Amino acid sequence: MTDSALQTKAPASAVSDDSEGMSYLESLPRRLITLYLPLFIILVVLLFPFYWMVLTSIKPDEQLIDMEKFNPFWVVHPTFKHISKLLFETQYPRWLWNTMYVAVGATFLSIAASVLAAYAITRLRFKGADTVGILIFFAYLVPPSILFIPLASVIQAYGLFDSPLSLILVYPTLLIPFSTWLLMGYFKTIPYELEECALIDGASRWQILAKIIVPLAIPGLISAFIFSFTLCWNEFIYALTFLQSTPNKTVPVAIVNEFVDGDIYKWGSLMAGALVGSLPLVILYAFFVEHYVSAMTGAVKE
Amino acid sequence: MSTVQTSMPAQTAAAGEQSLWSRLRASRNWAALWFMLPAAAFLILFLAYPLGLGIWMSFTDERIGRAGVFIGLENYLWLWDDAIFWLSVFNTILYTLIASVIKFAIGLYLALLLNRHMPFKAMIRSIVLIPFIVPTVLSAIAFWWIYDAQFSIISWSLIKLGLIEHNINFLGDSTWARASVIFANVWRGVPFVAITLLAGLQTVSPSLYEAATLDGATNWQRFRYITYPLLTPIIAVVMTFSVLFTFTDFQLIWALTRGGPVNATHLMATLSYQRGIISGRLGEGAAIATAMIPFLLAAIAISWFGMQRRKWQQGSNND
Repeated sequence: MTDSALQTKAPASAVSDDSEGMSYLESLPRRLITLYLPLFIILVVLLFPFYWMVLTSIKPDEQLIDMEKFNPFWVVHPTFKHISKLLFETQYPRWLWNTMYVAVGATFLSIAASVLAAYAITRLRFKGADTVGILIFFAYLVPPSILFIPLASVIQAYGLFDSPLSLILVYPTLLIPFSTWLLMGYFKTIPYELEECALIDGASRWQILAKIIVPLAIPGLISAFIFSFTLCWNEFIYALTFLQSTPNKTVPVAIVNEFVDGDIYKWGSLMAGALVGSLPLVILYAFFVEHYVSAMTGAVKE
Repeated sequence: MSTVQTSMPAQTAAAGEQSLWSRLRASRNWAALWFMLPAAAFLILFLAYPLGLGIWMSFTDERIGRAGVFIGLENYLWLWDDAIFWLSVFNTILYTLIASVIKFAIGLYLALLLNRHMPFKAMIRSIVLIPFIVPTVLSAIAFWWIYDAQFSIISWSLIKLGLIEHNINFLGDSTWARASVIFANVWRGVPFVAITLLAGLQTVSPSLYEAATLDGATNWQRFRYITYPLLTPIIAVVMTFSVLFTFTDFQLIWALTRGGPVNATHLMATLSYQRGIISGRLGEGAAIATAMIPFLLAAIAISWFGMQRRKWQQGSNND
């Protein structure tokens, strides 16, 4: 890791940086072919759908349909018509609110439960702690695709059908295993001595957790929080199965079901919907890149 | 967990020293029980119980709005003779296999590229992950538009380049539809594979490469005999996750094709949704979902052995 930190300060020119490992052995033309060109192609492919999404959502309809007169890769007179139509003529703000409400609710519930569980597993060392840890790892591997049918009947039985509350209660099953596993990794790095000192000073388990462990594990909590939030926002099959009425839907479900009306002019609003639905996550990501990466790699490495 | 707790009073009477110790121990188990309770409640109510219920439902003829009765293996026998079910199994395996192999190849290649140093390295790395951050359905909608039969930008570009005569019917033709959904899946999966493998690559010491170069190793030999062996455990874990999520994929297919054209892209998950929820035959849907479990268990077993090997390689003091 320290190595990569050094490397980011590398001088821009590839030819002159002979202090940097073995890369001085490579000539610039060779680097161009073996590194920059393939990387450029991959980046273009990875980003093109987003460019296309943005372009379509600000393109007037006649330019969308007529690909001969207007170059489809560019826009001449951009319009905000699609976005304003989306925000003021459909229930989009409502769907956005539902998604946010469900994601925040489920994330908070899951993080609270995960902190307690991770602390118990790593620090209380109760009988069977290791087994419980392994069971939680297995829970992480159970996919929603095999659970949605029985869950639909469970939700029906509890009278929660067609209510966002059902999602707030079900999403933690996706988030708790992941966050617990991630937080266990963080808690293990906190020295036992701190806890022992607190115990000698007469602190209870609860006080140790709230005043010592949690403050020290803040980076882990942020990672778990934003990754859980992203997972909630992304979840589709439960939302599709449990929510029936239009005003209760979340963004992904509404986009797929409510805009598909066979109209060839639908594309502008569809792309605007996809764009507005993605933006909150991309903005969140821009602020917390490091936390995302550590959440993703941490969960895999543990 | 609380068995020690219940037997405590008897021990208190027996010996003072012993009882203090056992009480301490007992109270720790007792506290752990309370700490575990919220997480356990969620996982038991909404994960373990539905998992069991799903297997039970697959042996009943339950429909939406009507409780089912036990019918034994009838659902499975019915599926056994159902050509569409077998087509969906074939599609799922094909989809998982091709998408995972491509994801692994491109992901590893991209990780190796990103591991070299270059200007704006941190920024390029964060850009790579964006397809993974954006909700699958929303990017699938963008692909739907890119694959549009009439206004596809790919068809348009290829016609302008003079490579094809007519628009390609990306989502209307069986073979093209399969290729299209696989491409969209690979597009979304590559960043995950690349960034996690990159994290593994960064732990490989550069001095190993320097030593190998002094010994006259070629690029390929350095990859084959240093990078690959050191990366094997993390590759096993990452690819198991990738295979697991690809195998049970639902949202990408549902947003792009809903299983069409003529069931050519129906995966087991989408077929299960169509039979279980849309047609209302919950029992049959549950049977299709349950049929996925053996495949998932195989993937989990591989993951487990990958992790054991990792522990063995790095010593067990890291857990």
